[in-house]
Amino acid sequence: GINAEYGATKIQFLMLFYSFFKTLVGKQVTVELKNDLAIRGTLHSVDQYLNIKLLDVSVVEPEKYPHLISIKNCFIRGSVVRYVHVPPHEVDTELLQDSSRIEAREQKKST
Amino acid sequence: WYQRRVREFPIMALLDSFINKTVSIITNDGRNIIGTLRGVDQVVNVIMEESTERVYSKDGVDTVTLGLYIIRGDNVAIIGEIDEEKDSKLDFSKIKAEPLKDLIH
Repeated sequence: GINAEYGATKIQFLMLFYSFFKTLVGKQVTVELKNDLAIRGTLHSVDQYLNIKLLDVSVVEPEKYPHLISIKNCFIRGSVVRYVHVPPHEVDTELLQDSSRIEAREQKKST
Repeated sequence: WYQRRVREFPIMALLDSFINKTVSIITNDGRNIIGTLRGVDQVVNVIMEESTERVYSKDGVDTVTLGLYIIRGDNVAIIGEIDEEKDSKLDFSKIKAEPLKDLIH
């Protein structure tokens, strides 16, 4: 049911967002880093640390950030991400809310 | 041993495609190091051959030769695969930019 889709597992909180991002593979996202640099691209893959690999990247303000002008694909370390802007119509917020509630309950139980 | 490494560390599947390619690394202190990626591991330590640093300023772009470099993983922010064709067409005399900000203040 709901758990199967967003997968609440023993590794709790980490897995919820990992599973969430996996449902967005193939969609366009914009990753904003902690140094204000924002990169738009197609989500290729994500891992448990929320490291992100993007394809067909383009920088959001290219005049200000020419540093990545000839980059086509990139790997972004999860620890440097501030925001991941996702397309709103691709997200089932109700499902996400339900999965979060379940995860929270599971976390409470285990502590 | 390589197959086991890929199996045990899913991150290797993300990083494998960059090996032996020309990449641009953005470090946590906002530096841009370009070179041929020769090695990666599960904590994103990287080994780069023939690396150079591209220094951006409002007066233009400067290139510093570095050689064989090892960058510790916790200092790596972005690994970008360079489109060599596009990169060779760039006119660096025209590019002016502020250096990138530090990633963690």
